[in-house]
Amino acid sequence: MAYFVAFLLALVSYSLIDNVLLSRFYGICSFIGVGNKVKSAVSMGIAVVFVIVFSALICYPIYHFILVPADLKFLDTVVYILVIASLVQIVGLFIKKYSPALYKSLGIYLPLITTNCAVLGVVQENTDTSLSFAMSMANALGTSLGYLLMIFVFACIRTRLDTYNTPRAFKGIPIALITAAIMAMAMTGLTGIGA
Amino acid sequence: MDQLKRSQHHESFVTGIIKENPLFVAVLGTCPALAITKSFEAAIGMGILFTFVLVCSNVLISALRKIIPEEVETPAYIVVVATFVTVVKMVCEAFVPALYTSLGVFLSLLVVNCIVLGRAEAFANKNGVVDSLLDGLGNGIGYTLALIVISLVREILGTGMLTFGNIFPFLKINGEVVALPILKGAGWDFSISLFAKPAGGFIVFGVIMAILAAMKNSKKDKEAAAKRAAAYAAAQKAREAALAAPIAAKTEGGVH
Repeated sequence: MAYFVAFLLALVSYSLIDNVLLSRFYGICSFIGVGNKVKSAVSMGIAVVFVIVFSALICYPIYHFILVPADLKFLDTVVYILVIASLVQIVGLFIKKYSPALYKSLGIYLPLITTNCAVLGVVQENTDTSLSFAMSMANALGTSLGYLLMIFVFACIRTRLDTYNTPRAFKGIPIALITAAIMAMAMTGLTGIGA
Repeated sequence: MDQLKRSQHHESFVTGIIKENPLFVAVLGTCPALAITKSFEAAIGMGILFTFVLVCSNVLISALRKIIPEEVETPAYIVVVATFVTVVKMVCEAFVPALYTSLGVFLSLLVVNCIVLGRAEAFANKNGVVDSLLDGLGNGIGYTLALIVISLVREILGTGMLTFGNIFPFLKINGEVVALPILKGAGWDFSISLFAKPAGGFIVFGVIMAILAAMKNSKKDKEAAAKRAAAYAAAQKAREAALAAPIAAKTEGGVH
């Protein structure tokens, strides 16, 4: 039971307090790039959840049972990025076969997940800070759910921002960044849960 | 011919620095720009390592551009970049360990940096080795300058001072870390700790982008106004000419 509670607390802390976009800054490019289309933001977020969870699941045993015994720790980044790139391809093929509609709506975002810093960031963080298997899965799940939540909220806010009369110089990306700053401040209010 | 080549080299080098600055104009590579700009020294270190990786990967990709098949371009580029990042990580850990710990995961994340991959796809696979080297150097310098601007604002506003020597030991004076108080003094302190926190990164980046947009807008407005004035003057001249024409014809007729 205590173990389960620890897992849940880690989940909350990774998804909200240490939010991947607002306090750890992984995947800001996609955050700004996806922009104001709510539907594509959500599809992208869901695909990112899949890829992060599966790549964390695969990279953990690769690191601990192959790279560490073979004394090849320095190759970790190269191996991870290869795993992630092939995983994205496989996920793409899988979605194409079983849900062509989803594949169509994901469109160009799918290959871009390979270069989303959130994926490599989570996997690398898991081994750099030598988390246990359960904690690295909590990190993967929490981070990716936090990503999904924030990219959805942000897309909703940006659709509204576009219709408001913001100062001319702030139109587009600058006001989006200021909005993100306010969201980040709100998230710091949750600091202390699980501490 | 030689002149043409030289001007092309110059062009490849210069465009990345200001005109097409990777961070402020193309808005790429934003993750490290927000994450490691709390400290001025870390930003410079990141800029140097980034420039090294970009130049090396640009040169190698440009040299291999006729060998790499089109279908596997992106994976091939990622492997090339990942190799250089691994080299940089090992060198950095060995010689500047403080920089290694302060950059943390963001050093590994250079592998998926949009600027490195973007330059590979947009420039290095279409241009020669020398041009790609200069393009990498120009973009690297542009990115480093952008990081320095953000980090200077954040460190001064966030901590009230500039410190040297925490990360690069050779900047220490007599073995001590140098701290220049700017917004701080005996009994007073105008620093705002928010700017050292994540939210501060977003604010500084957003405001700098807005200032640049305002400058661009005012330039555009001025150009538009000048164009309108020129058009008005031309119209005025044409009207005067049209008015003067019959008179001229009359006076000409009078002479005969």
